Formats: sequence, C-alpha cells, structure tokens
Amino acid sequence: MQTDKALAFHASEKATGWRLFLKTIAARAYPRVIGQQREKSWIFFDIFLPMLAVSAYVFVYRAIGAPEEYVGFVVVGGAMTSFWMNVLWSMSSQLYWEKEQGNLALYIIAPNSMMAILLGMAVGGLFATALRAVAIILVGSLMFNVTYSVASFTQLLLVFLLAMTALYGMGMMSASLFLLLSREAWHISNLAQEPVYLVSGFYFPIKSFNFWLAAAASFIPLTLGLDAMRQLVFPSGALLGFLSVKVEIIVLIVLCVLFLTGARFLLDYMEKLAIREGRLTESRR
Amino acid sequence: MSNHAIETKDLGRIYKIRGNKKEKRIRKELIALQDVNLTVERGELFGLLGPNGAGKTTLIKILTTLLAPTSGWARVASHDVIQHPSLVRPLINMVSGGESSGYGLLTVRENLWMFSQFYGMPSKEANQRIVDLLKMVGLEDRLHTKSSDLSTGLRQKMNIVRGFLTDPEVLFLDEPTLGLDVGAARDVRRLIRGWVDANKSRTLLLTTHYMVEAEELCDRVAIINKGRVLACDTPANLKRNLQRDAIFEIETSPLNGLTSQMLQDQPEVRKAALSDIEGGARLELILQEESALASVINILTQKEVKVRRLSKREPTLEDVFMDLVGQKMEDVEKEEAPHAD
Repeated sequence: MQTDKALAFHASEKATGWRLFLKTIAARAYPRVIGQQREKSWIFFDIFLPMLAVSAYVFVYRAIGAPEEYVGFVVVGGAMTSFWMNVLWSMSSQLYWEKEQGNLALYIIAPNSMMAILLGMAVGGLFATALRAVAIILVGSLMFNVTYSVASFTQLLLVFLLAMTALYGMGMMSASLFLLLSREAWHISNLAQEPVYLVSGFYFPIKSFNFWLAAAASFIPLTLGLDAMRQLVFPSGALLGFLSVKVEIIVLIVLCVLFLTGARFLLDYMEKLAIREGRLTESRR
Repeated sequence: MSNHAIETKDLGRIYKIRGNKKEKRIRKELIALQDVNLTVERGELFGLLGPNGAGKTTLIKILTTLLAPTSGWARVASHDVIQHPSLVRPLINMVSGGESSGYGLLTVRENLWMFSQFYGMPSKEANQRIVDLLKMVGLEDRLHTKSSDLSTGLRQKMNIVRGFLTDPEVLFLDEPTLGLDVGAARDVRRLIRGWVDANKSRTLLLTTHYMVEAEELCDRVAIINKGRVLACDTPANLKRNLQRDAIFEIETSPLNGLTSQMLQDQPEVRKAALSDIEGGARLELILQEESALASVINILTQKEVKVRRLSKREPTLEDVFMDLVGQKMEDVEKEEAPHAD
C-alpha cells in the first residue's frame, strides 16, 4: 500500500441546494434499479407467486359466472399489489433496516436532505416495481385473454401517476414514523399487508362495500387509483366504479399534497425526536 | 474563526433505559457521558482511549449530530452540533469499525459513488477519486466486486475510503481497526496517519480501546472511563508522569489466593494488576520505588508463588490507564460488559 498524492486531494466545489437534492435522489434510487437487474429471483417471487392469487380469483369468478370484466379487474389488481408490497416492505419499514445496517447514520450525517433519500427510495422502488407490474399484466392478460379498451390514455396516465405519488408519499410518511421503531416495524408491516389487500379492492370493485367503508378505504391511494384505472380501461368499468373518475382524480390530488407535506413535516419532527432520544442508531434505549 | 476543530464544554448524556418485562414502566438512567471538556486543534490526530462502554461512541454520536447531549454543548468546525447541524454535516464524515454500510448488491465503486453523491461531489471527480483511493489501499482490483463478496478487512478499507472520499474537514473514526487482522490493521493505521499528514487543515478523531493504536497514531490522547475524561495529553506526556515510577512485569506460578489488593497494601506499591496466563499468572506492578520490589517478592515467597520471569520496562499507555483507573483496561471491560458505548 502506498500513501501518495491521492491523500492530498482537495474536492472541488460540491453541489448544494436543489442540485444536491436531485443528486441524492438519483444516488439512492440507483441500488433499487440496479438491484432488480442483479437479483433475478424477483421474476419468480414477484410474478409467479402473485399470479397464483390472481389465478385463484379468476377461477372463482369464472366458476360463479361473474362478468368477464372481473377477470380483467383481478389482473390489474394483481399488478397493483406489487406497488403496495413495495411501499410496505421497501419504503415504510426501510429506515428500520437502514438503521440496522448502519446506513441511516450515514444518511443523517451527510449534508443531503432525508426527504431526498426517501424520494430516491420511492423513485427507485417505483421504477423497479413498475417492471414487475407490467410483467404481471402481460402474463395475466395472455393467460386469461383479457381485453382492454382505454377510454383516455391521458387520464389513465394521470391517474396512475397521481396514485403512485400519493401512495409513495404515504410510504414516505410512514417511513418517518418507523424511524423510531425497532423490530416491531416488521410486525406492523405484516399486520398492514392483508387488510389493505381487502379494503383496497385488489381483486374486486370496492363498490361492493357500503359507501362509508369504501370512503374510508379511499384513504389508501391505491383504492381510488385502482378504481379509476379500471373505469378507464374496461368498457363496463364505469358502472362498477365507486366515484366518477374526475372526483377520484381530485381526491388523489388532495392525497398527494397531504401525504407529501405530511412526510416532510413528520420526517423533520421524527428526526429531531430520534436525535433527542438517541434512537437513530440504537434499536432500544 | 476559532482554530479548534472540536470543542466540548461540560458535555453529558444520560440514557433512559426501559426496565425488563416486570419493570417496564421504570426508566433507569445510565450516565454515558459526564462533564466532558475537550478541545481538539485543527490538524490534530486525536484519540479517545477507553474500554468498551466508556462513552467513546456516545461522544462521537454527539459530535456527528446523531445524538443530542443532555447537558453542555459541543462545536465541530466552529458550529454548534445541536443548533446548526446543517452547517456541521458538509464538513464531517464518519467511519465505524465493523460497519456493514452500503448495499451488498452494489460493487465497491457503486457503493462509494452513491455515498459521494450524498455530499454533492461531481460524479466524474468522485469516480476518479474512487479509483485513486482504491489504488492506494490496494483495492483497485476489487473496483467491480460486489461489496458483499469482500472480506472484513477489505470491507473496512472500503469504508475508510468512503470516509476520505468527500474530503471532510473533520473525520471521525470509531474503532477503525476493530476485528481486523494484524496486517490489515497496520495498513489502515498507515492510511489514517497519511491522510492527516497530507493536509494540515484536516482533523481526525478516532476512538480505540487498543493502547498500541493510540500510542502509535495519535498526537494527543484523552483517556475516558465511565463517561468521564480522566486525562488528556500527548502519549509521551501521559507516560512521563509515570517515569518516576518503576514498572515491573512478573510471570509466576499459580497465585495460591494472592490478590492484587494484598500487593497494593504493601508500602510504595502504587498499583498492581493480576491476570491469568497459561500455567500461572502475570503481575503488573507500578512501584514508587524499586526497593518496593523486595516486599512484593516477600509476599510471593510467603504464598509459595514461584517467580519465573521478572522484567522492568518503560511505561505504556496501558500503565497510564491502570494508574488512573486502578485496573487494567481488559479487566474493566470484563466488569462493565453490557454498558453504554
């Protein structure tokens, strides 16, 4: 080993402000995007296994003679579950894992904003999960002969982006709450997984619920996102929709603002609290 | 601007710990740091030496803005760590011994690049610097190796490179050679010293419980135990206080019930520490006068303990610690096993 001029290095001017914010997002998104390519096991776990649940619902609907659109509903719902899983396991509880690994301390002591770290996690997760969701839709549509008739591509894209922004905003907000948790983060994620499958209507239209239950379920952005997307891609979707697409878009915009703003303030508060209580690096004190 | 890289005044930290299942509501208090007053000058390689649980890591956490003190204040690069953490953070970096930061799926280069971006380094410059630093630590052939495939020693070299990469004004190293083999630890030490020497405006604070490391590397050393700084000076000055004394190391047969207190009760025996070795014991003695050795030998004879080897040696930081605390560092660690660090 030679100690040479490399040690005498002086860094040139470093990015600050928005440039640092964007650099941090890109850098934190990178492991998620690249990890997807390096660990191919997701093809089995994230496509084949969800397809089993999708298939079960398809066979039940066909056995009871439900309208054929229900098959399409299930395939689209099956694809969207990937995003929920990603938010639950790779956003909400992620900071707990980062703490265990020693990354959280390094994120905090760096001059970047923790909001940028969370956004990077969200962008990377969204990109990686979108590939899985597309794969499920392709495989499901081919397997079960699903046909789509898109009423408006623009609205479809808008609904998808709004639903994702609100959903990952919710993930960022809950990640802040999880900052203080230790192993219970794992249990809470487990606890939240199945009920959300049910109330978000992944495998059936939420119109089947009474109004108030469906309204309460709409607090989870995927519920309305999925409902609006189904209305936009299936001819009879509007008949089975909970609210009109326009109203659902407005509610999704409100949820985006609510969750992103909430994440911003909650993260700031939780970081200060964790520093005061000494819980950024310790699981329990 | 002050020339102090680090300043602390009456710094303290008390942890509140939950009780066990039966005493869940009872919050016990654990004093991790108490009235710590330290000043580290710019350009200094400063060591915090103490056993596990002494409060070294707690102090580093406060200085790196990860933990709030419960009393006193601390400044790093002239900025208060609690009032203005956003001014401190661009100027510091930290590496811990045995850390497994980064992502195992990423290569060494990718992990280092990712962390450099959190400091806003231009990508091109970061990549060039990564190559240069990896060459320097002998890791250039691992540039494209996944970090999960690195051995502990190589991983720690990568972590050290991460610390240097962003060119911090103040670098904190928490037990940087923990768990490394002799060769890897020597490499890391050389690198640390080289980094500070290469630019006199850089400051490095390292914690260690290896006496040799503190003695070999540090310009000044603070000896810390049970959250308190007991002494702070250059290794030479710390040892100088003991140079009036005579320090002996005696290897003996089994001790037959002889205790260190029995030896310390002898006139002019300042400190005595006993430890087991294969087939016998080792006595380390700090004597005010060499003549006190006679009374020690007397006691050994009375207890039918045979002297196998006797040597006089120069004082080390281990002796300084023993003189200050009354016990050897390893004995303190055994006693304090689950403590605050």
